[in-house]
Amino acid sequence: MLTKKQVEHVALLARLELSEEEKEKYASQLSAILEYAEALNKLDTENVPLTAHVLPLHNVFREDKVDGHLANEKALANAPAKEGNYFRVPKI
Amino acid sequence: MSSEYEIVIGLEVHTELKTNSKIFCCSSTEFGGDPNTHVCPVCLGLPGVLPVANRQVIEFAIKAGLALNCEIAEFSKFDRKNYYYPDLPKNYQISQYDLPIAEHGFLEIIVGEEHKTIGITRVHMEEDAGKLVHQGATMATSKYSLVDYNRTGVPLIEIVSEPDLRSPEEARLYLEKMKAILQYTDVSDCKMEEGSLRCDANISVRPVGQKEFGTRTELKNMNSFRALQKALEYEAERQIEVIEEGGRVIQETRSWDESKGITLSMRSKEEAHDYRYFPDPDLVPMIISRDWVEEVRASLPELPDARKKRYMDDYGLPEYDAEVITGSMELSDYFDEGLKFTKNAKALSNWVMGELLKHINATGQSVNEADFPIPAANLAELVELIDKGEISGKIAKDVFAEMQQKGLKPGAIVEAKGLKQISDEGAVTAIVDEVVANNPQSVEDFKAGKERAIGFLVGQVMKATRGQANPELVNRLLRDKMQ
Amino acid sequence: MHLNGLTAHELHNRLRNKEVSSLEITEAVYKRIDEVEDKVRAFVSLTREKALARAREIDTRIAQGEEIGPLAGIPVVIKDNMCTENILTTCSSKMLHNFVPPYNATVVEKLNEAGAVLIGKANLDEFAMGSSTENSRFFQTHNPWDVERVPGGSSGGSAASVAADETIYSLGSDTGGSIRQPASFYGVVGFKPTYGTVSRYGLIAFASSLDQIGPFAKDVRDCAQIFGVIAGHDVKDSTSAEFDVPDYTRFLTGEVKGLKIGIPREYFVEGTDPEVEGLVRDAIKKFEEMGAVCEETSLPHTQYALPVYYLIAPAEASSNLARYDGVRYGYRDETAEDMVTMFMRTRSEGFGAEVKRRIMLGTYALSSGYYDAYYLKALKVRTLIKQDFDRAFEKFDVILSPTAPTPAFKFGEKADDPMQMYLSDIFTISVNLAGIPGISIPCGHVRGLPVGLQLMGKPFGEGTLFQAAYAFEQNTEHHKVKPNL
Repeated sequence: MLTKKQVEHVALLARLELSEEEKEKYASQLSAILEYAEALNKLDTENVPLTAHVLPLHNVFREDKVDGHLANEKALANAPAKEGNYFRVPKI
Repeated sequence: MSSEYEIVIGLEVHTELKTNSKIFCCSSTEFGGDPNTHVCPVCLGLPGVLPVANRQVIEFAIKAGLALNCEIAEFSKFDRKNYYYPDLPKNYQISQYDLPIAEHGFLEIIVGEEHKTIGITRVHMEEDAGKLVHQGATMATSKYSLVDYNRTGVPLIEIVSEPDLRSPEEARLYLEKMKAILQYTDVSDCKMEEGSLRCDANISVRPVGQKEFGTRTELKNMNSFRALQKALEYEAERQIEVIEEGGRVIQETRSWDESKGITLSMRSKEEAHDYRYFPDPDLVPMIISRDWVEEVRASLPELPDARKKRYMDDYGLPEYDAEVITGSMELSDYFDEGLKFTKNAKALSNWVMGELLKHINATGQSVNEADFPIPAANLAELVELIDKGEISGKIAKDVFAEMQQKGLKPGAIVEAKGLKQISDEGAVTAIVDEVVANNPQSVEDFKAGKERAIGFLVGQVMKATRGQANPELVNRLLRDKMQ
Repeated sequence: MHLNGLTAHELHNRLRNKEVSSLEITEAVYKRIDEVEDKVRAFVSLTREKALARAREIDTRIAQGEEIGPLAGIPVVIKDNMCTENILTTCSSKMLHNFVPPYNATVVEKLNEAGAVLIGKANLDEFAMGSSTENSRFFQTHNPWDVERVPGGSSGGSAASVAADETIYSLGSDTGGSIRQPASFYGVVGFKPTYGTVSRYGLIAFASSLDQIGPFAKDVRDCAQIFGVIAGHDVKDSTSAEFDVPDYTRFLTGEVKGLKIGIPREYFVEGTDPEVEGLVRDAIKKFEEMGAVCEETSLPHTQYALPVYYLIAPAEASSNLARYDGVRYGYRDETAEDMVTMFMRTRSEGFGAEVKRRIMLGTYALSSGYYDAYYLKALKVRTLIKQDFDRAFEKFDVILSPTAPTPAFKFGEKADDPMQMYLSDIFTISVNLAGIPGISIPCGHVRGLPVGLQLMGKPFGEGTLFQAAYAFEQNTEHHKVKPNL
């Protein structure tokens, strides 16, 4: 069972603010993962390659050509805050 | 600095690759430009976009790896490095984790008289982040910040050294050599001022003889070779002081403050980074065929160490000279061009390392500029003129000054100004006779055993000939005369 | 029947014969929407002006004698997790409640080139996470068969709009069953193609190695035709396959003699509604009557699909959703004075509970110390699951199972029977893990609610899949039954 501290750490990594209630809820839910892992550990995968991609593709490349810029107004069109040509964010 | 301690340094160099388009999209990599104009949905990290790898980036990375004597991976991939920062649109950086494109390389530096081999752990590809502009004077005093994503997605290679460096000076030499090698491969402009070459350092100290490394700190924000050396010198001392006072060095990231000449802790609220690397599911793996590697290897130019060897073996140049000249590809190319017009490599090298470099440093010009006033052929011609005895070394300096100013050929200058060395015995004898006749005291002094007196007499002859008399000839004739 | 109740191929013929205009079809569809939408609630947004203008444009081209393709002039609905240029795209999330993309997803471009008439964007579970559309941040879509029941998910709106004849066909996305399960609940055809056959460029990512876009249609012919238009290699998607896109309608022979169909025993266990299982067994008999050979087979690692899916999908999602931070687009918390707080509040307020849950799961699964045991291990077991299918497909052309263990459940009813919960995932997620194609077709009704039959095919084996599905469909009447709205 995960501790509250562990849950808080995961929440920080994910940039999520949790209420005390949520922290408790997640402690048990994340613990479910431990059960999943238990289930998988029953299998011997010593000589099994991993599948990170289902298609046997490799070396997909494109040529070094410049194309398709967004105009500045379009790039900023959805910005919640902007100044001149820039996106604006609160102080770091 | 206390010699009871050994300094251990490792460097992480990031260099921007000079492709036309970014690593995972077709936006331009051009430096400068109005903010947020070299962007597209992909490098802005808009919802729904996908990366596509630029083949040229992989090729440049292979080239750099080969130039650094690395093994090129047969199988490589991209991984996501997950962390949050406003200059990182996707809040993950596409990088390489456990299967970098190149590993186990090295480069050589010369420290004083010693040759040192510095190991290179790995070279990997990754995408650059954007730029933050702070409203206030510093990040700390700003109320808000502005973000420009032009630089996001510009291709980088990160080159990590083994912790083999043992002094700040070695670190600087390593970086200088690295820059030279990368410039030769033409994969990067390597301009620290423009940010296309960046360097972070890891430094620790340990008592001499101790096997384990001490706690290291990471140094950032060193924007020149000099700053790198100074920062490392400061930090080494700081660490030693901490230890001597009974404290312990904290593992942290520190920033070099150029104006104050100190390093400052950058400890942030966050805990140590957990990047949660995993293979990027949007990109497929790379299989680097040996054919491809050989193709790239064949495209490598003659690298600095190879050129150095050639200058030493074929032209008998001393190692020091060869090292200086191959320190920049421009200079080395210039030198090779000059060697087409003169066989006197040593003399040419003296002029290059002396007057030419002085000129370059004073004017900031580059030998590759279209109107660089002293093309290699001209400098070589100057060397030839001296060798043939047509002008003396002293006159040559004046000729050079003219060349510097006006970009003319030395032969033309000598003709125009009538600076040809006078080697005609008859003519010189006449003047020698005159000088001897006019300076009886000096003649007496010389005959009485004062060697120095001949210097004065030589000077008089040179004066009378506006410096153009052949000094060896003058010397000989004077001595003969005064027998 | 009204125009909006017809299939695309029927309408195409009428358009070509100039019996009807695109404008008439489009108006019929909007009339239907006006009539039933407040009961169904399939749409996040409607694009009436643009759609009518498009329809008129297509009519002009037809009038000028232009040859039109099978989808030209025909209304389509797109799940609101695919980017449509200058048209609101929300993922049914507060996080993107005001996001207007400056570009089109590749499938949208293809549909545009084909002359399709986009009539609106459909509701979904927020960021495609869920199986009932109850997780939409905006409103609940209802099942036109019984408005007290869930539409299924996550492509609830896309499926509902087709079932309610509010459109002729729609596009959804499927990561763990999000097309097939709602299709089953609605009595329509829902198809998830082979991974890599349809470009993901512009599909707002949930789990990159599992997501695929696919159609909802009123019959298999439409489905095959739509797939033929949206399939194909895309240079903008590195994971897209290079392959020749055939005319899939030529597989619609109606014949299945000699077709070998595998019945995996792991999909026929306790927990499925007995009436549902009854209908599926009837379907097997039907196939045998038609000349197919049905035999039991085994996919021994089936049970492991659940932990594998619940480790891989959230892990990828947690990274894919990291970009939602209020800096460049979408919702931003305005109260925060510093960056980190802004990120935390924006994400906590912008995401709903289910999304946050999966982000937490995924972040944990990838975090240091656990990566090898969780994520990497899952990637290895994924290989075993894929190998199960590879082996089965050496012997069989198609694999058959129920799509869901029950018909549509009531709102809020979900989690009472853990076995049912388990099965409702298990039936569909292996298909995504293995990257193979899967289709759900109507196979009957239980207590007045539709039930779907799932057929799974070999990678790039869509032709055979359509062949089997079509033959079954043409020998039954299930697909012709419509809800009473």
